[in-house]
Amino acid sequence: MEEKKYGWTFPHVKGTMSTANIMRMVLLALLPAAVFGVVFFGLKAFWHILICVVTCMLTEFVFEAFTDRPLAVTDCSAAVTGLLLAFMMPVGAPLWMGILGSVFAIAVIKMAFGGIGKNRLNPALSGYCLLLLLFSDTMRDYSIRDMGSSTLLGRLLQGETVDPLPMILGNTNGGIGQTSTIAIVAGAILLLSFGIIRLRIPLAGTFAFLLTLTVFGGRGFDQLWLTTQLCGGGFVLGIWFMAEDYTTSPVTRSGQLVYGVLIGILAAAMRLKGIEEAIVYAILLANLTTPLIEKMTVPMAFGQRKMIKISKD
Amino acid sequence: MGHMTFRGGVFPHRRKRFTRDGELEEYLPKGDLVYPLLQHIGGMAVPVTEVGERVLEGQMIAKASGDISAPVHASVSGIVRAIEPRKTVSGKQIPCIVVENDGEYEQYPATEMKPWKEQEPGEKIRRIRDAGIVGMGGAGFPTHVKLSVRNPKKIRYVIVNGTECEPYMTSDYRRMVEEPEHLAEGLEIVLSLFERAVGIIALEDNKRDAVTALQLAVLHEPRIEVRVFETKYPQGSERMLIYSVTGKEIDSTQLPEEAGCIVLNVETVCAVRQAFLEGRPVTRRAITVTGKALKSPKNLLVRLGTSFAELPEAAGGFAREPKKFVCGGPMRGVALPDLDVPVIKTSAGLLCMSRDYLFKPTACIRCGACMEVCPIRLLPVRLAELAAADKEEEFRRLHGMECLGCGSCSYVCPARRALAPTIQGMRKKLLAQGKR
Repeated sequence: MEEKKYGWTFPHVKGTMSTANIMRMVLLALLPAAVFGVVFFGLKAFWHILICVVTCMLTEFVFEAFTDRPLAVTDCSAAVTGLLLAFMMPVGAPLWMGILGSVFAIAVIKMAFGGIGKNRLNPALSGYCLLLLLFSDTMRDYSIRDMGSSTLLGRLLQGETVDPLPMILGNTNGGIGQTSTIAIVAGAILLLSFGIIRLRIPLAGTFAFLLTLTVFGGRGFDQLWLTTQLCGGGFVLGIWFMAEDYTTSPVTRSGQLVYGVLIGILAAAMRLKGIEEAIVYAILLANLTTPLIEKMTVPMAFGQRKMIKISKD
Repeated sequence: MGHMTFRGGVFPHRRKRFTRDGELEEYLPKGDLVYPLLQHIGGMAVPVTEVGERVLEGQMIAKASGDISAPVHASVSGIVRAIEPRKTVSGKQIPCIVVENDGEYEQYPATEMKPWKEQEPGEKIRRIRDAGIVGMGGAGFPTHVKLSVRNPKKIRYVIVNGTECEPYMTSDYRRMVEEPEHLAEGLEIVLSLFERAVGIIALEDNKRDAVTALQLAVLHEPRIEVRVFETKYPQGSERMLIYSVTGKEIDSTQLPEEAGCIVLNVETVCAVRQAFLEGRPVTRRAITVTGKALKSPKNLLVRLGTSFAELPEAAGGFAREPKKFVCGGPMRGVALPDLDVPVIKTSAGLLCMSRDYLFKPTACIRCGACMEVCPIRLLPVRLAELAAADKEEEFRRLHGMECLGCGSCSYVCPARRALAPTIQGMRKKLLAQGKR
């Protein structure tokens, strides 16, 4: 067929973004936090990252190869999952836990639901959540060098007063890629400037989180306390990189706002109950509401509203 | 820049530099001329000539049939060789009149008439019909039908669409730079039909030369103003342009007149001027012949009926092996598998691409980019899924019938999914069944 040779359908030009490009950009955006994690936590952090990334990609490859699906592992989305999972692990955890979490995240949460774009829950968060439930002591043991097992946020939740500055810079204990708020935000700004992520979910989430804490926290507008809450427990990483996950968040504009607000409120409520990893559960819960939110926020099409009369300028 | 514009849209590479400085050059056809009897929306024209007869340039060779139809005129002098079905741009076989060019270009006498200022509205509409003028931007809706609105007093804006938002295309731009006063005259004639309307020439802000030229040309026309809008695709879509100008949204079932607007293409307005001031019908049009595969891309004034196959040669021949030919712009144009089809009233350009963008679609990652750019605020990915699954009810409920078919969603899709063609396919299928 001569006609097969041509791309028949319009448009005859395409934008430059492809799934693989997007995923590579996300990896690039996560690089500052990864580098910081390796420098601060040492070589073991590097092994954690490497093992999670490789396991995730390998799992997807094996799954695709054995189920005769088109090979999509080259789009690097599994690498993003692995990297994010490693970012949440404490550096002291044994390396095999990363393998377990990665296999669960990719095989059960992502591939079993139909691969990229079909999963209902965020794979990285689900993997982390599993590890947290199975090995809660190890996964909450953040001790490195001279620092104790609990993070600054953990101490705050137990009633101590802490200085949030290390949580902004990153020189404190915590998940491998979670501690440096600056590094994470730098990556997020990169993605924002390329139009890969949008402000709606993170802004709505952060705002709702802070507002709920201010109103119900009993501390009023206590800036140090709020900053600690905001920078600790992986909230920044979660809201910028995992709540923003394309697949598990709503596609509609207003839906994204609702989704962000929901995450913020859920996370704040759980923080007030003393749960440090509140954002993890908040996002996973909100993931489940995505189909419903989408259904309720179908935008009104152009011209379907009553004509708005605008006087001639 | 503070211009009012619609939400969404995309910013493809404009690629206008190939031809933006190339003056309109007249091109004389070499081969036979083929005139499809259907170059517009509506009823097919009826031949009024016979095989073997000699016709002159500008002579009517097929007359309009019914109200929504337009006549066809010969663009050269010569002998009618055949009246038979030939392949056209749309890929379909359509009855065509084939004229052998005798190279004399003997003109049919210009139509005698009163000066346009003394003509009644009805006379003007008839004149526009007899000149075979249709929407030359691509839709091909007969202009006399568009201008015969029920209540001319309700029309507040006559908009000349000079946005030319398609990448590569520069023929309208050249018309505006080279003949701004012709455009103003044409618009003045149209405005005389609508006493309460102002004329607006709408451009994108990347055409500064044209803006300057037009502003000078309309300096003494109190009823005409030049307005500049953001350079964005699909700024030139009728519904989007009406919104940008008036702030009113119309849906796919409404006519522009319901928002008090008439939207005309630059080429169409020039044709109106020619019909009244020179007494000549539509026999030529400006075409951008461009693309990286060509040696010297050009803007040509081509006689209707010329074969597209002659145009690459007129633009210096090929510099590289052409991979794909597109009639019109790259966003909304039609791929031509076979170049031997005639130029018709609605053909705005020929794009010879040196690269064929063929991508294998991958799984949707639900990034929402399609929704972000959709000027109609649809959920293209959902609609495409529904269209593929043939779920009519749900497709309609999510306003699938409102789709413009601009292709912005397909353009941005990182998974390279053919969203717009799928949605349009479903839409056309439902329209053909007469369901709205």
